[in-house]
Amino acid sequence: MLLIYCPYCEEERSELEFRNGGDAHIARPTNIAEISDEEFEAYFFLRDNPKGVIFERWRHIHGCGRFFNAARDTVSDRFLTTYKAGEPKPNLDAAPETSATVETYEALEGAAQ
Amino acid sequence: MADQAIATRKVPLAGLRGGSHAAVLTPAAPAARIALRAGKDAVPALSAALGVTLPTRPKTSASTAKRHALWLGPDEWLVIDEDGAELMGAAASSGALHSAVDVSHRNMAIIVSGPGAEVAINSGCPQDLSLGLFPVGACSRTIFGKAEIVLLRTAEDTFRLECWRSFAPFVFGLLSEGAEDAAH
Ligand SMILES: [Zn+2]
Repeated sequence: MLLIYCPYCEEERSELEFRNGGDAHIARPTNIAEISDEEFEAYFFLRDNPKGVIFERWRHIHGCGRFFNAARDTVSDRFLTTYKAGEPKPNLDAAPETSATVETYEALEGAAQ
Repeated sequence: MADQAIATRKVPLAGLRGGSHAAVLTPAAPAARIALRAGKDAVPALSAALGVTLPTRPKTSASTAKRHALWLGPDEWLVIDEDGAELMGAAASSGALHSAVDVSHRNMAIIVSGPGAEVAINSGCPQDLSLGLFPVGACSRTIFGKAEIVLLRTAEDTFRLECWRSFAPFVFGLLSEGAEDAAH
């Protein structure tokens, strides 16, 4: 079971209490009525889906109900850090190293044993 | 003249008893409840009006004799009055900006009591309920199987488990299984 640290509850809780909310730090254009269809598409639909570190919104929906942000490694599923909504993107150089990249199903199974 | 049908209010799980010698399950008596939202500034006035200090630390509650204020989130509380006292009016009399919704009949509660209470609840709830992390008076909104619940530890071996009334049969059923397991 994945444990996620909620910055509002100030403790780790089971993933069962949380829901993913998609990419974080996506600013809604202030001139939304004036932008082109292509610009709107880029803002509204296009995401990078990186292999590695991603900044995401998460919601502690079955807990305090708050949205917060997290940096997660999409390969290892490891949460590098979580922080309150509205706070700036943290500098991850100061955060612990990301886990070694696990490329194969066999390697993952091996690690689980 | 046709007979007039009088609807009687049905209490969920009325008359049910369950569990095991390790964890006894008892539906709680009907109670008054409000879902309360308010900013920091309104907390002192609301606390005074409700007669119970709204807690501002995560996972904490405050109680007077029959009234409990449970921290659910940074600006959200569940206030329960076991005597069914009027809470909406009390909150309104605070004069402070807030939102209160009467959820007295949305929720029902099951009292889980006995040396196996933790184990019974943990059969469907992922929280660490050991006394160190979840002491008497601790409370939390969390999950029990597929149902959202609010837990309040009222004694070392007793929890008040609040759930939405439509989930009550499911919650009671799963708790019964957990209580049975806790007895082994
Ligand atoms: Zn939380």
